[in-house]
Amino acid sequence: MKAKHSLVTKEEVKEQYNKFVGRKFFFIFFFSVLVVIISGISTSLGSADISIWDAYSAILHKFFPNYFESDWLADACVWNLRLPRILMGIVAGIGLGVAGSVMQAILRNPLASPYTLGISSGAGFGASLAILAGAGIVSGKYLIIGNAFVFSLLCSFIILGLSSRKGATPETMILAGIAMMYLFGAMTTILQYFGEAEAVKEAVFWMVGDLDRSSWPKLTLITGALVCCIPLLIIKSWDLNVMGAGDETATSLGVNVKRTRIVTMVVATLLVACIVCFTGTIGFIGLVAPHLTRLAIGGDNRFVLPVSGLLGAVLLISADLVARNIIAPVILPVGAVTAFMGAPLFLYMIMRRGREYW
Amino acid sequence: MRLKVNNIEFAYNSTPVLENISMELDRSEVLGIVGPNGTGKSTLIRCIDRILKPQQGTILLDEHDITNMKQMDIARKMGYVPQSTTRVFPASVIDTVLMGRRPHLGWKSSEEDMDKVLEILELLGIMEFAMKDFNEISGGQQQKVLIARALAQEADILLLDEPTSNLDIRHQLEVMEIMKNVVKKKGISAVMAIHDLNLASRYTDRILMMNEGRIFATGDPASVLTIENIKHAYGVEVLVKSDGERPYIIPLRPIN
Repeated sequence: MKAKHSLVTKEEVKEQYNKFVGRKFFFIFFFSVLVVIISGISTSLGSADISIWDAYSAILHKFFPNYFESDWLADACVWNLRLPRILMGIVAGIGLGVAGSVMQAILRNPLASPYTLGISSGAGFGASLAILAGAGIVSGKYLIIGNAFVFSLLCSFIILGLSSRKGATPETMILAGIAMMYLFGAMTTILQYFGEAEAVKEAVFWMVGDLDRSSWPKLTLITGALVCCIPLLIIKSWDLNVMGAGDETATSLGVNVKRTRIVTMVVATLLVACIVCFTGTIGFIGLVAPHLTRLAIGGDNRFVLPVSGLLGAVLLISADLVARNIIAPVILPVGAVTAFMGAPLFLYMIMRRGREYW
Repeated sequence: MRLKVNNIEFAYNSTPVLENISMELDRSEVLGIVGPNGTGKSTLIRCIDRILKPQQGTILLDEHDITNMKQMDIARKMGYVPQSTTRVFPASVIDTVLMGRRPHLGWKSSEEDMDKVLEILELLGIMEFAMKDFNEISGGQQQKVLIARALAQEADILLLDEPTSNLDIRHQLEVMEIMKNVVKKKGISAVMAIHDLNLASRYTDRILMMNEGRIFATGDPASVLTIENIKHAYGVEVLVKSDGERPYIIPLRPIN
């Protein structure tokens, strides 16, 4: 062997590595700040005239009434109308961003998204069934939400069940997911074919996805799901790293590959189903946020998960800000706006990235 | 005895791949597994590491039956070096090697783990690639990184699946020298499936020659790598020369 080692010393490598880790922490901090700033701007924009400072002050007034002033108008506008919607955007964005990075890591596939396991087609069918046929698992005002939730899980669990019989490899999961997507898509189409025009329109709007239906109780539910699911996924993120090297290598490093894959899938699926049943299928964020994150900080899932979540929130609330204001008072569906804004950004990043692989 | 394999049998669906395989591995020993393509060398290595589960027979690791061990405990004792890995998503060389610490740590890696990894990178002479991405470096360098990861595992036994198959002649020799040195330096043992009979002859203590899922011959290189054995197992006519200690094989022609 040539004595090449002298070129780079341990200390230099260590320093570079720490710098690299520092960069990752910086992105966590940066996106957190960005979420706060965009939320503030978004809260101040709308039909009632409220400045950014009024918006922040109205928010802080609730927590520190002695230090921050607020008037009735700002208070009502911020706390009843705008904040639930923006917070919904934040939690939904975080959930979709985290779930997307988990799905891509676990299936080792850059095309995977939170909807790879058929969640969107299941949810779309469930909602259509409720809207078009009025039939469902639960009744009353939770009919659509309940149906979307149950059918998205049903679809995912069929896929998980089938593929775990075949050893739960990424390929079987993805192919089973695509098959179920066609099946549920076809069932939705049949429902729409026989549906009333107005109801079909409503079902289509539901599937595009928006934040109009946000409210404090719904927000509490989704936040609960986030608090339960995300720590579990982050604990598993080191194993996701190891599984990125292949199932055999991961097994040889002591990871129970099949169990880890199924557990993380179930957790991520639950997380996404909780979000989607309230917002409709806001799809693009779960695909894009993990990729943009990896371009910025590399592939260590311990950092990809949180950064991708925060970036998901940034993307979703920015898209919502645009959706609400670009042709106000008309509010565009945020699902469509995300794709409109995200796709060109995504394409640009793909074209200028320095490497051929993900 | 570090490792003892008793009569294992393995079949994919119902096609038998391994039949009646028994072998032993001693402390500080390098065992080479040779044999034609599709003869079950890789399958045997995967069975030993319980990546695959044999239908019959037992594998004893330091007198413990591995079917009763946790995968994590096996990982602390045996390291596996695959032929090659393609990563879909990026990972730096240093993070790749750090993954070898997985059996020893939970979620977070410590300063100590980092020092161990750096020491191994230095030992293998790949320090300069530490911050590069695994997919950016050459095949020979990748193979060294995979060996480094297995060394970071601090296992007593390394299992290597054709570590030299994609490498140029210099990297082949470098990788084999590295293995010879770490086995001596760290007192570990190694099992490696290997295609090149001359490399097997030069760098292993003992050779196990397989044919059609069975052990065909076993012993020191000189007694296994004979004209007759190679003719029988591979269907190839060869010349065998010797430098007094190790045999050298010169391939002539396939026998019809």
